[in-house]
Amino acid sequence: MIVRIATEGQYELSSALLDRLNELDNSLVQTVAGGDQTAFARALSEMLALVRIQGKPVATEELVTSDLILPAPDTTLDEARTLFVGDGLIRG
Amino acid sequence: MGVISRISTLIRAKMSKLLDRAEDPREMLEYSYERQLEMLQNVKRGIVEVVTSKKRLELQAARLQENVNRLDGQARQALAAGREDLARLALQRKQLAMTQFEGLDTQIQDLAKEQEKLTTAEQRLTVKIETFRTRKEVIKAQYAAAEAQVRISESVTGLGEEMADVGLAIERAEEKTERLKARAGAIDELVAAGTVEDITGRGDLLDRELSQISSGQSVEAELAQLRAQLAGPQAPKQLPEASSTESSQPAGKDVAREDTAR
Repeated sequence: MIVRIATEGQYELSSALLDRLNELDNSLVQTVAGGDQTAFARALSEMLALVRIQGKPVATEELVTSDLILPAPDTTLDEARTLFVGDGLIRG
Repeated sequence: MGVISRISTLIRAKMSKLLDRAEDPREMLEYSYERQLEMLQNVKRGIVEVVTSKKRLELQAARLQENVNRLDGQARQALAAGREDLARLALQRKQLAMTQFEGLDTQIQDLAKEQEKLTTAEQRLTVKIETFRTRKEVIKAQYAAAEAQVRISESVTGLGEEMADVGLAIERAEEKTERLKARAGAIDELVAAGTVEDITGRGDLLDRELSQISSGQSVEAELAQLRAQLAGPQAPKQLPEASSTESSQPAGKDVAREDTAR
């Protein structure tokens, strides 16, 4: 599957890692709900590290659509929170 | 999925907004190609914006550094004239100016990172646009309408996603420079007025008191150091130390010459 880290680039990742990614995503949601900035940053970088380490960067010349898009590395807790508020999804 | 699905939806919404016109697939090709070129211009503008903001902060940092030197000189003068109260005041201001200076330094580094990110995005987009341009010509020349449609939608969505993502990177860089601009304006005023106050002082009461105590301690320590230096001539024991560092100068000069030669 093709996974994009927003503002960074695309990676090709084995579909076998989808479950692990799902788990990490769930714990990320929990840190957003918990409002703990440090825990959020840790969970986010753990998720991105999985993609960077296990994935293979997609060549710049390729034009492919991603199956999943992950948050930008410098996403703050506040920004993540707006994703869960009604207008966060249609902003911009 | 939680965050992932929401981010994916967000980017895809941006993407379809970027490419929401053109029903005829061939027209779609030309339309998205033009949008890409526009987006590339936006990235370039974004880079200029970040570089300009960074220059401004660097200028401010230089001025703050001057202030620090000036206040340091004033503290010495005041102490030599026996005005310990004035010396303390000058050193307090010097501490504040130094705190501001450190804050600016962090921001300058932040902007340098943004600049790097946008420059990478620009390079990536340039390559993708070139790929798209080539593919566009091939599709137009070789494929029948129905087949072309499939290939067009593949290329267009792949590129649309890239454009949306680059758009996101620009947005984030813009937000950052806007925030810094507001702050930079406030520092400008303070520097101009010659009194640098702690405008970052937003921490809670305990934080502020703790930083006041530590800043107070370093002011007293510096005052004591100045006093000792002024008393220096009567205590010649300390002097040789200062001249011993000069013997290592020739090596330092070589480095400087090499620097200017580059």
